[in-house]
Formats: sequence, C-alpha cells, structure tokens
Amino acid sequence: MSTPQKKAICLYFQVHQPFRLRRYRFFEMGHEHYYYDDFMNESILRRIASNCYLPTNNLLLDLIRKHKGKFKVTFSLTGIVIDQLRLYAPEVLASFRELAETGCVEFLAETNSHSLASLMNRERFELQVRVHGEKMAEHIGYQPTSIRNTELIYSDEIGNWMADMGYKAVVTEGAKHILGWKSPNFVYCNAINPRLKVLLRNYTLSDDIAFRFSDTSWSSYPLAADKYASWIKGLAPSSEVVNIFMDYETFGEHQKKETGIFDFLKHMPDAIIKKTPFKFMTVSEVADNYQPVSLLHVPSPISWADEERDLTAWMGNELQTAAVTKLYSMAEKMAGCSSEQLQRDWVYLQSSDHFYYMSTKFFSDGAVHAYFNPYENPYQAFMNYMNILSDFEIRLKTLCPVDYHDEEVNRLSETIQSKDHVIIELQEKLTKLEKKAGTANKRAAAKTKGKAAAAPAGKKVATTRVAAAPAGKKTVAAPSGRKAVTAKAVTTPAGKKAVTAKTVAAHEVKKSAAAKTDARKASVKKSAARKSVAKKGAGSK
Amino acid sequence: MRVLMFGWEFPPHIAGGLGTASYGLTRGLASQKDVDVIFVVPKAYGDEDQSIVSLIGANTVSVAFKKVKYRYFMKPVEKIEVFSRLVPYTDPEDFWKMTRGEVADTDLLVSTNKQGKVDFSGTYGANLMDEIYKYSVVAQVIASEQEFDIIHAHDWLAYPAGIAAKAVSGKPLVIHVHATDFDRSGGNVNPVVFKMEKEGMDAADKIITVSNLTREIVINNYDIDPEKVETVYNAVEPLHHSELDVPARAYDDKIVTFLGRITLQKGPEYFIEAARMVLSRMPKVRFVMAGSGDMMERMMRHAASLRITDRFYFTGFLRGNDVFTMLRMSDVYVMPSVSEPFGISPLEAMQSNVPVIISKQSGVAELLTHAVKVDFWDIEAMADAIYGILTYPALSRMFIMNGKEEVDKLKWEKAATHVKDIYTRVLKQTSQQI
Repeated sequence: MSTPQKKAICLYFQVHQPFRLRRYRFFEMGHEHYYYDDFMNESILRRIASNCYLPTNNLLLDLIRKHKGKFKVTFSLTGIVIDQLRLYAPEVLASFRELAETGCVEFLAETNSHSLASLMNRERFELQVRVHGEKMAEHIGYQPTSIRNTELIYSDEIGNWMADMGYKAVVTEGAKHILGWKSPNFVYCNAINPRLKVLLRNYTLSDDIAFRFSDTSWSSYPLAADKYASWIKGLAPSSEVVNIFMDYETFGEHQKKETGIFDFLKHMPDAIIKKTPFKFMTVSEVADNYQPVSLLHVPSPISWADEERDLTAWMGNELQTAAVTKLYSMAEKMAGCSSEQLQRDWVYLQSSDHFYYMSTKFFSDGAVHAYFNPYENPYQAFMNYMNILSDFEIRLKTLCPVDYHDEEVNRLSETIQSKDHVIIELQEKLTKLEKKAGTANKRAAAKTKGKAAAAPAGKKVATTRVAAAPAGKKTVAAPSGRKAVTAKAVTTPAGKKAVTAKTVAAHEVKKSAAAKTDARKASVKKSAARKSVAKKGAGSK
Repeated sequence: MRVLMFGWEFPPHIAGGLGTASYGLTRGLASQKDVDVIFVVPKAYGDEDQSIVSLIGANTVSVAFKKVKYRYFMKPVEKIEVFSRLVPYTDPEDFWKMTRGEVADTDLLVSTNKQGKVDFSGTYGANLMDEIYKYSVVAQVIASEQEFDIIHAHDWLAYPAGIAAKAVSGKPLVIHVHATDFDRSGGNVNPVVFKMEKEGMDAADKIITVSNLTREIVINNYDIDPEKVETVYNAVEPLHHSELDVPARAYDDKIVTFLGRITLQKGPEYFIEAARMVLSRMPKVRFVMAGSGDMMERMMRHAASLRITDRFYFTGFLRGNDVFTMLRMSDVYVMPSVSEPFGISPLEAMQSNVPVIISKQSGVAELLTHAVKVDFWDIEAMADAIYGILTYPALSRMFIMNGKEEVDKLKWEKAATHVKDIYTRVLKQTSQQI
C-alpha cells in the first residue's frame, strides 16, 4: 500500500481516426482495388490536426513543463491513426514524440487497427497488439506497459490474455451493470489473473467534459476548472483513483475552441493540484502505486459506447453481425497471405468504425454515431462495406489460392492471358508481313506490265501469275481469319472476368465451375490451335 | 360534419394512386366520429363499395329539368331568375341551334342523353376537358340538392367541380393536391391544366398537399400563400394476413420490380439502365416492368436494344390483387420517379415484405427511414442498391423487418384525423369571416 492520503487522478485520451471508405459500387468489384476516400480522410484529419491535435498537444506540453512533473497524461494511438498522421500530418506525430520525451506521458498498447479482434480469437488479438507495439516503438519511440482494447472493450477473458502478454494494467468502462454498488474510483483486478489491474472510467466526470461541456441546457453550465476541481475534491473521502477517459477529439473538435474548452484544460491541472488531494498519474503509475480492492467480474464484454456500454454499437444488428462474420471468415486465409497490399487493406478494413456506421441505433440516438460519419444511413454503410469486402475476397482468392480449384482457375486464366499476348504479337507480325507482301505484289505487277511488250518474257508472266494467285488467296483469307482471332481476343477477357467473378461462388457450385473450367481449357486449346494456324500462315510467307 | 367530396376515380375502377389515396382518406374519414362523406365521381359503375360512403355518379344525376338554386352565392335570390341556368341538349344539332339562339351568356350548355342525364366515360380519354366541364356542371346540381358543410376536391380534374359547388353553395372549399402538372409533364406544363390548377388553388380556402415536396411546388410555382398550404401524408390500407401468401416461384432467380405508369414522370428508363448494369454482373436476376403508359413501347424497344429482354419483362397494367401478387413475388421494388408528389406503391411493397428503393425526388422519401433513397438519375447508386439487397441477405432481412414495422404505423385514420382538423379550422375561419 502506498501513501493512503494521496489520491490519484488519471487522464487518458483515445486518439483514433479510421480510413473512411469511398463509395464503392458493385460493378467495380474485380476491377478497382482502391477502397479509401483520400480526399475525405485527408481533409478530416487535417482539420482535426489543426483544431485539436496540434493545439492540444502544445497546450499539454506547456502544462507539463509548467507543473514540472506534477501533471501527467496517458494516450492511446491506434496503428491506423499513426498511419494517417504519417500520411497527412507528420508534424502531429513529431509533437507526440515530443510529449513522449517529457517522461510525463504514457502511451498504451492496443490493437493495431482499432479492431474487434478481441471478440474473435486470442491469436488474432495478440498479433494485432504486437504489430501495434512495433509501430509505437518505431514512430513514437515508446514501449507500452499498460494496455487498452478498442473502445475499451473488456471482459475477464480478454483481461487474462492481456495479463499473459505481460501488461500490468488495463483501462475500461466503469459500467454500472458490472459495478453494481461498487465505486469506479478504486483499482480492481482481473478475475482470472489478478496480476492485471483494472482502471475504470468515471463516466459522469468524463462525460461532463466530453459531452456536456458546451450544453447550455445542462444545470452545471458553464463548467469552469474550479467547479470541476471542487467536484473531484468532493470524491476524496471515498475514493482513491479518479479516471477521466475520453476521445482526444473532445478538445477543439467535439467541443469547439469557442466553447472555452482549451481554457478549461489550461486551468484544470492547476486547480486540481492546488485545491484537491489528488495527484496526476499515468495508468501504469496508478497500477504501480495502488493495490486492487477487489476482483472485478466481467463475464461478457463491456465497452464505453452508447447507453448500453456493451457491444451493440458494433454487433447489435443483423447487418453488423453479417459484416463482421464475413470479414473474419477470411482471417485464416489472410494469415497465409504475403501480399503487402492485401495485408494493408486487411488492417484498414478491420476498424470497428465501419461497423459502428452500420448501427441502427443511429436512427434513435444517433448524435454520437454521426461524428465524422460518411454515410447517410446504416444500410448504405453496410452495402458499401460489403461490396468492398467482396472485392477483397476476390483478390484474396486470386493472390492466395487456398484449394486446388482456385489454383486451377488461376492457372488457366494466366494461360489465357499469356496466350492472348502471343496472339496479339503474332497478329502484328502478320499485318506487317501482309503489307510487305502487298507492296511486293504491286511492284511485281508493275514489272510484268512493263515486260508484257517483250514476247519472250510471256512464259515468265504466266508463272508469276500462278505464283501470285495463291498469295492473293491468302491475303483474302487472312483478314477474315484475323477478324476471328481478334473477336476471340475480345471475348476471352470477358471470359476471364467470368472466371474471377465465379471464384466467389466456386465453393457452392464446384461441379458446374469444374465444367466451366473444362470449357475454358477447350477455349484455350482452340485459341492455341488458331495461333498455330496463324503461325503457319506467317511461316508460309 | 358532412363532406361533399369530388374525386375522379373510386375503387375498383382506378388507374393510379389518385383513386387509392382518395378512397383511403375517405375510409379514414368515415371511421371518424361525426364525419359523413358524400363521394362524387363522374361515372359510377354500380359495383363500388358503398358501405362507408354514399357514392354519387355524376352520370346518374338528372340535370335536364332541374332548377339550380343559387342559395348563398348571389343575393338576393329573388333578383335572379330562379330557373336553371343549365341548358341541356342531346345532340350536336340542338347545340348548334342553341348557340345560335338567345341563350344568355351566363347560361351553361350541357349535353345530355335521352334520360336527361349527362354521359361520362370516367376515364382520361380524348374528351377529358369536355368531361371536366360537364362534371363541374353536374357538380352544381349535386351541390344544390345535397346538404353538406364543406367541399373537398381531389386533383385538378375535380377542381372545377369543387369551384362550381362552392359557387352554388357558398360552403368552404378544400382542395387536395395529389400531383401538379409540373410532376406529370416533367416541366413542359400544359397551360390549360395549369390554369385549372391555379384557379382551383386560388378559389380554395385551404390546400392539402401530399408532401412537402408538392407543398413547395404549390407555393413557388403557383404563387400561393404558404399559410394556406398544409401537408398531410398519405397512408396505406392494412393488409390482411390471408393476402400475404406468397405464390410458389418456379425458379430461384431474384425478381426486381418496377410498378407504375410507364410515363416520363415515373423514370422507367433509369430502371432499365440500372437493370442493364446489374445484369452485366449478376446472372440470376429478372426484372419486371409492371404497368402501362405512353412510354411503354419506347421502353420495350430500349430494353431490346440493350439486349436484356431475356431477363426483362413487361406485364402491362395490373389491377387489384395482381398488384399484390406481383409485389409478393418481388425481391426488390424500385421507384425511380423523376418527380413523385407522394408515391403510395413503395408502402404497399413494404407491406408485402419487399425492400424498396425510392428516388429522393419523391414525397414518400420524406416519410420513410427504412428504404434506400437515391437520386432518380443516379443509376449507379440504384444498381448498387439492387445488387446489395439481392446479394446480402442480412440487408434484405433488415429492410423487410424494419420496413414492415414502419409502414404498419402509417394509418389512414391518422391522416384523416389531420384532415378533419383542417376542416374544423377552415369552418371556424369562414364562419368568422361571415
């Protein structure tokens, strides 16, 4: 037990922006493999960077310097937001590094793609956390010791995995239905592995800033730093740790600059340090300094989303379940896939945000679901996502064939492609030769005309004529043959498309597909045959 | 409260949404306390359901020897001759004689049959303008014979009748705009129709529009005081469970349906274009264009030129139960209307458990949440939505479930309550004026 007099306050901010998807139509499937709305992503991220990330980072930096180690904060950056910052706002990444160097800022581990992997299986979750750890080390220069899961999703089982991975603390929601009479203002520990400490969000105090700050109809409006500090002070007799967790975008984006949110943030640390017995600590420091008061049983997953504080924001309706199921049905194949492009898309497509947009709660309490939502309604979100996922599946099957059947189809379509290529080359040759032959014939004809006057040459004329005749025939026959070949060339790509399209349905209708592959083989043979004819033709000339 | 209602169609003899809507509203009103409806149509066939309203066919009203009394309009009554200003004639010869004779300018000439009644075709044929005129003449006779408190006229065909009835009786007139000529013509407004509409709107004490979309048109294009115009959304008759049996399908192809008049207003060509896009990527789909209209032949040729007729079908005009059978067989219902004041048919589709795609240029889009809404010209979005619903069963199930729930909440009783409220206000307002 550490100093029982001193209490801790823990500020933690989530930084995340998904790669929003562009409008992807079904007829693009199999042709277009770029899924992101670059313009929207860049403009949203640039806007947030200048409204929130940069000014708030600077303010925090000033506060940390001013309070000389007495003011501390904790962040979590998703792998996806790191990617976006690298693309669109590298200066933000630099300022996070600067924050990290102060020693007063902790960064948490989490899933790389802000995904729901923890609800799928352990390996996938661990893999994602590992990848995220590498990213943090590379771009922020930080080795996380505590962890949080996507949207603070937590259950006993997930906590156990985290403990096994060596993390000392996790942050999650102080959900009423889990706590019952218990207070969120103490440290708890995981029910399976007590080594993992659990920090619970005080949602009243957190939402006072995150949601109610600028609400003029709120009885406590306007909220000033002193007032806030007095509330926290009031908690002192019956609490050890107050956890204030929220989206980082609260500062300057959800609560605009004009609401005075920055002034609030500027004066809040001072007020708390001076007027309350609370001391700022990061998540890991809390874990180091406080002993858990009890086990916390969380048999089914909780999160910090919506009123329900459960998973219904992402897996609450049939659309969401279908989309999540389809996505993770490809996980096994993805494990064996080495394509960088596919792996990148795989990461971005896993963002829980895509499923959040499909929530039908959008219709009733949609305000929060509407933050940066690129879709008009959940149906549109679902259709767009599923179209993209279908294309992704097609690519996955082509690039990482799983069964014999896919391989066979791939092999055949490759053959078709290469043979098409050969045919085109030969055609070009053929037309060149024909042109040459044509001019040669004309010249020959002109010569014979000139020589016709000379009687002794008569015999020769006859022979050239004979010789010319079959050549003429050839030139007549050749164009029609060429047409047939080009027609074939036109049809084959279409056939190929059919092949790729069919791979989707391949599993259900193996037999019919097999029949089709036979047909394709035949067509390949045919085109090969035609080519050999063309070759012969060219050769005879 | 007795309402004298002028319509143009009454089930089962209907050609489109107008008949369905005015009938639904009448039923809703009939279920209200102390509202009686006298419904007038140009032609009564005799097989209409008269349990809820007293239906009068204008063709059954004898006008020949009637005296139309102008009780309220022109006072004192004694000063004008209390004899009918209707001058019936039975053949063109008579008409010629009369126009040559000393018929006063204010007298109305109307052609009658041997029984002294006026013949109506009750359709939208070549003599439409003549029929509208005759209808308004007979409306005067009816208005002078019946007791009522308020007049309600549905759509421009009945506006002149409503105006005439108001002139005779002095009772307030409510007109119900189910469509304007801006919707029907795609912008090439017929000046004669426009004049009739404008006169109707000017004469009306209150205008009911079927959507805010239409309300805007009425206010902006007809220069009407916004205060006078109010939106009452249409509803849909609840389906009985026995009607929900799905007919067995002989094939497992999906069916995508367009149902409505094949006219410019309904945007059939966008449906065909979307069909072409879907068919190029999906083999097991069939498209059905149900209905008839002036663009049908052109659409058939268009489909043929795109070489999709082996998967694209035309059914011609569907009536009564056939409509629901068609809907029940469908997997997606598409309404790509270029300009649709309301559009009841998507509601019927949702009742039949069919997901719907509707154009944003329809009034019903203001009302519905659980429907795909696309711009009528955005065939890519339309094709994409069709593909999505056909391909992803979860999506289709969500639409069916939520759509059904949503549409079941739309009741004619609600619309009728609103209309009754409007009547009450109009009556109060006019009584104050007097």
